[in-house]
Amino acid sequence: MTDAITVEGVRKTYGARKALDGLDLTVARGTVHGVLGPNGAGKTTAVRIMATLLRHDEGHVRVAGYDVRTDADAVRRRIGLLGQHAAVDEDLSGRQNLEMFGRLYHLGVRRARARADELLGRFGLADTGSKAVKQYSGGMRRRLDLAASLITDPEVLFLDEPTTGLDPRARGEVWGAVRSLVGGGTTVLLTTQYLEEADQLADRISVIDEGRVIADGTSDELKAKTGGDRIDVVLHDSAQLAAAAVLLPGEASVDEDRRMVSAPVADRMAALTQVVRALQDAGIEAEDIALRRPTLDEVFLDLTGRGTEVKEDA
Amino acid sequence: MSTTTFEAVETGAGSAGGTRLGWALADSWTMTRRELLHWARQPVQVVVGLAFPVMLLLMFGYLMGGGLGIEGNYREYLVPGMFALTMAFGLDATMVAVTQDLNKGVVDRFRSMPMTNGAVLVGRSAADMLQSLLSLIILMGVGLAVGWRWHGSFAAVLGAMGLLLLLRFAMLWMGIHLAMVAGKPELVMAVQILVWPVSFLSNAFATPESMPGWLGAVVEWNPMSATATAVRDLFGNEGGVSTASWASEHASLLAVVWPVVLVAVFFPLAVRRFGRLSR
Repeated sequence: MTDAITVEGVRKTYGARKALDGLDLTVARGTVHGVLGPNGAGKTTAVRIMATLLRHDEGHVRVAGYDVRTDADAVRRRIGLLGQHAAVDEDLSGRQNLEMFGRLYHLGVRRARARADELLGRFGLADTGSKAVKQYSGGMRRRLDLAASLITDPEVLFLDEPTTGLDPRARGEVWGAVRSLVGGGTTVLLTTQYLEEADQLADRISVIDEGRVIADGTSDELKAKTGGDRIDVVLHDSAQLAAAAVLLPGEASVDEDRRMVSAPVADRMAALTQVVRALQDAGIEAEDIALRRPTLDEVFLDLTGRGTEVKEDA
Repeated sequence: MSTTTFEAVETGAGSAGGTRLGWALADSWTMTRRELLHWARQPVQVVVGLAFPVMLLLMFGYLMGGGLGIEGNYREYLVPGMFALTMAFGLDATMVAVTQDLNKGVVDRFRSMPMTNGAVLVGRSAADMLQSLLSLIILMGVGLAVGWRWHGSFAAVLGAMGLLLLLRFAMLWMGIHLAMVAGKPELVMAVQILVWPVSFLSNAFATPESMPGWLGAVVEWNPMSATATAVRDLFGNEGGVSTASWASEHASLLAVVWPVVLVAVFFPLAVRRFGRLSR
C-alpha cells in the first residue's frame, strides 16, 4: 500500500449543518498535499477526523495504513499534528514542553530530554532557556508547535493552516521548516486559505468547498483549469478602462474604483510584453502593470461561479 | 534518527498487560509533573491559593466570631468548619483549572498522542489532592495558632483528615465533570458564584439549631455539614455528632456516604465526557 492517507465518502454533521459532505481524498506517501478552501469549507473538521480527534458519521479514513476509528492508537503513534491554535503548554518553557511530549510518546526520560534539545536546536529555539512559551513571538510559538509534532518523526504530518495569523517573516520561517521536512520522507497534509502557500509547498492540491472536493490536481493543472496567472493594469484615466479591457488577452474584468483591468494569462512574460505594446499603440497610459497569481477568491469564482465572501465563517 | 525513535515508540506502547499499566502510571506521573511544574513557575498563584482559606479563617474567627451566637469556644467550632469549607471550595479551583486546560490547544495535542486516555484527568486529580493536603496542613497549623485544639487521638486526627480529603476528592470529580459540561469560562463563573451560597448553607459557621427550622434542615443535609460534624467529632471539638436530628446523629456515616455517592456519579460521567470530546 503506497497511500499515506485515504479518505472515502466521509460525512460529518453538526446538528443541521453538514461540515463534511462526502469528502474523498488520497495522499501518496512522501508527498505534500494541500487542502485549499475558504473558512467553513470543512478543512479543520477533516484534519481533526484524520488525526483521531473527532469521529466521522459515515465513510472510511485510513492514515498510515490504519483505520482512524478502530485503530486510533496505531494512527496516533504515526502522526504529528500542528493545529490552528498553538497546542503547547503556554505556562511551561519550550524545553519543558518538548520533554513532556517526549515522555508521553514513551521515549523514556533520558531520550525525551535528548530529543527536546535536538529539536530546540533544529528549530532555532535553543537559546530560549526557561522562558515561558507565552512570552514567545508568534513565529517562535509556531516553530515550537511544529517541533512538538515532530517528536517521533511521524510518518504523516497534519498542518492545519500553519501560517494563518503570522506575519510574512514568521510565515517564511514555517515554510522553510516544512520544506526541510519533506526531504526526510514525511507525508504532509497541509490545509490553507492561501493559494500561494499551497502553490509553494504542495505537490498536489485539493480544493474543497462545503465539505466536498470540487477540484484537485497539481498546482499547474489547477491553474490551467482556473486560468492561472493574471495580469493587472492600473490606468491613469478611468475613461479608457473599456478600451484597455479589449486589448487584454482572455476575458478581462474591470474594477472602476481602482481604475484597474485584470485578465488571466497563459504565458507570463509573453503576455506582459504584448500588453505593454498594445497599450502603447493605443495611446493608453498605464500607471502600473503587474503579474500575479490568482487569489483564492478568483479560483473559487472560476470553480464555483461565486466568490468566497458569501461563505459562512466556521 | 527516524528509525531509532520509531522503535522506541513501538515498544513503548507494547501490548503486554504489564507494560500497559506501567505506561498508564508513567503517563499519569508525567501529567502530574506538568501541574507541579506549573506551581514552580507560578509560585505567587500557589501562595495566593493557599493563603485564601487562611484569610477566611482569620476573618471569620476574629471579625465575625463574636456575633454568631455559638456558646463556648467559637474557634473550636469554626476551625473544623473552615477545613470542610476549604475542601468544598476546591470544586471551584478544579473547575477553573480544567476549563483553562480544555480551552487551550494543548489538550488537542495530548489527545492526538498515543498516551493513556485518562492520564490528563489523573494528573489534574493528583495535583489537586496534593494542593488540598498542603492547604489542610497549613490551615491546621493556623488553627492551632489561633487557639483551636484537637482532643482526640492521633488516629482520630488522621481519620478526620481522611474524611476531609474524601470530600475534596468528590468535589474534584464533580468539578472536572461540571467544567467539561460548562465548557466556557463564562459558565464556569456562574458555578463559581454558586459555590459560595451552597458552601455557606452549611454548619461551617453556625449551628443548624440557630437557624429557622426549614433552613436548618437544608443545612443539615448539605454534604459539607456531614463532613464538618464528623470531623468535629473526631477532633473532639464542639458541634460533633449529636442526637439533635437524624442527619446529625449519623453524620459520620453521611460523611463517607455523600462523597462516595458523588464520586460514583461524577467519576464515570467525567471519564465518559472526556472520551467523548471527539464527538
